[in-house]
Amino acid sequence: MRHGAWKAAPVICALLLLAACSAGDGRRRADATQYGLGHAAPAESVAREAVAIAPDGAGLPAGSGTAAAGATLFAQQCAVCHGAKGEGLAPFPKLIGREPREGFPFGRDARLARTVGNYWPYPTTVFDYIRRAMPYTAPGSLSADQVYSLTAYLLAANEIITTDAVMDARTLPLVRMPARDRFVRDDRRGGPEVR
Amino acid sequence: MTPLPDESESRPALERDAGVSRRAMLAAAAGLVGGAVLASTGGAQKPVAAPPSRPAPVAPPASAPAPGGPARLIGTPTTPVGGRSPFITAGRAPTGETNGASFTPLQELTGTITPADLHFERHHAGVPSIDPARHELMVHGLVDRPMAFTLDDLRRFPSVTRTHFLECSGNGRSAYRTPKGEMSPQMVDGLTSNSEWTGVPLATLLTQVGVHDDAAWCLAEGGDACLLARSVPLTKAYDDALVVYAQNGEPIRPENGFPMRLLLPGWEGNMNVKWLRRIELGREPWMTRWETSKYTDPLPNDTARLFSFELDAKSIITSPAFPAKLSGPGWWPIRGLAWSGRGTITRVEVSTDGGRRWTNAELRRPVLTRAHTRFELPWKWDGSEAVIMSRATDETGYVQPTRQQLVSVRGPGTDYHFNEIRGWRIRADGSVLYEAGAVAAGGGK
Repeated sequence: MRHGAWKAAPVICALLLLAACSAGDGRRRADATQYGLGHAAPAESVAREAVAIAPDGAGLPAGSGTAAAGATLFAQQCAVCHGAKGEGLAPFPKLIGREPREGFPFGRDARLARTVGNYWPYPTTVFDYIRRAMPYTAPGSLSADQVYSLTAYLLAANEIITTDAVMDARTLPLVRMPARDRFVRDDRRGGPEVR
Repeated sequence: MTPLPDESESRPALERDAGVSRRAMLAAAAGLVGGAVLASTGGAQKPVAAPPSRPAPVAPPASAPAPGGPARLIGTPTTPVGGRSPFITAGRAPTGETNGASFTPLQELTGTITPADLHFERHHAGVPSIDPARHELMVHGLVDRPMAFTLDDLRRFPSVTRTHFLECSGNGRSAYRTPKGEMSPQMVDGLTSNSEWTGVPLATLLTQVGVHDDAAWCLAEGGDACLLARSVPLTKAYDDALVVYAQNGEPIRPENGFPMRLLLPGWEGNMNVKWLRRIELGREPWMTRWETSKYTDPLPNDTARLFSFELDAKSIITSPAFPAKLSGPGWWPIRGLAWSGRGTITRVEVSTDGGRRWTNAELRRPVLTRAHTRFELPWKWDGSEAVIMSRATDETGYVQPTRQQLVSVRGPGTDYHFNEIRGWRIRADGSVLYEAGAVAAGGGK
């Protein structure tokens, strides 16, 4: 009915407007006032502090490393907690190991150790985490070459790259991790269904 | 892996200290709502691994109280910072690890606010010592104006004050994986606490820097030794995220993020980055170690759930609970806490027969969104063995699942978000033991 449709128009408009607002991330609702507080962050401060590495490699520094150099560093700096073969000395985690090679049965067996080789989905996370947090008692003490070398060692020891592969800002993001496709976005939404 | 306490850390200490006079016991209990809880758990319980920085409690008088009692003696003078009664020994446990967790003694608390010095801790590289005069929060990336804010700057923005719980998403792991009777509410679920927080909406800070239209995520990074970092979708940043600098009316304590931390109401504790030093705006998540290797949920179908931010509805009875011992049949109020990361708690049901029949408990007001809610049900114990349990429902209609339901959808190896129904078995002798979510056949929803 034409008359009914005309009467419904404002409701439809309101619903569309509501949908447009809720589809965004809410930035239109934010306090728009410029308070003049804080100060400009100098480019050199940002460059010094912004240490995060993205999966596409953004943020990776210049430098390079290989598994051979990484093996020496691992023995000197990491084995005391993670074991000579990266097997993990409790409570410090195991880093090396691809078992079980079939499937991804971690949800069915809580005893399985999650390693860089069998669980970590992105190679860039290895570099990012070592540079942020390791060695545990002296974080930030490794050079970019050393972090690349340790990353190369862990990836090679987990049989993901060859032992002679050179890791740098170009090659590291291209490494394909075995668990890459195992991760799915959370599908819980509240409501009566338990997920 | 979050270290979890074993039974040695919270030993039952049910015997009353013979040196404590009846009058002193009553005085200590009268100072708190729920004195019955204290009396039932032993007002003179042994210290539970007090943190080393805490002043040693003054020993209660060993014998021979003054004639006429304390009301006939001049007391101690005023002091700059108050302490607890020497008769009160509630403490976090376990303690002493830089990469570890300490649990809130839920069974010792009443109401909903957790005292700041009993708020649970989870650190990945210890508590940093930060001089606020030398600390800045840098906001940069896909923005028009990269900026830095000091604590003084934050305090000059319009403030908001809100009450919210925090919970480590690993809370309840040992009760799920290795349940045993001798577990207190602290050991089962002590990685949750509830505070009144004051700070600035993150949205206000984002307005100051001018976020680009193509930005969809931000990275929040802490100033601890591991530079803990998590990716946060901008929807949350603009919805209800806060950068907070105060907790329960005072500056945030160092172990909770001094001088400033991120607060994402209802989202897993790890994302509420403490000692916040940097927010970077970008198009995609960074896939940090704490959102890939850790804080992901492996499922029985050979996948793992990523970005499981919200904490689903949950509840636990905190009294009566291990290590309490009921002195005999009679009135024993059933009290506990319920919370949901998705909004308000709309109902808490309590069963006193192992899950066959359920009764609505009273919710203590105010019932706040994404905050601990106190429930209570009067209960007259007849002296026979009973299993009591609680079941929370939130505003989305989500009902706290049974253990069987959770295991069937998540599997035994799931690593976070353990919100199955918890219970307590009260034995005929009055002792109370943790009951790992058992629900009578057909009784659970």
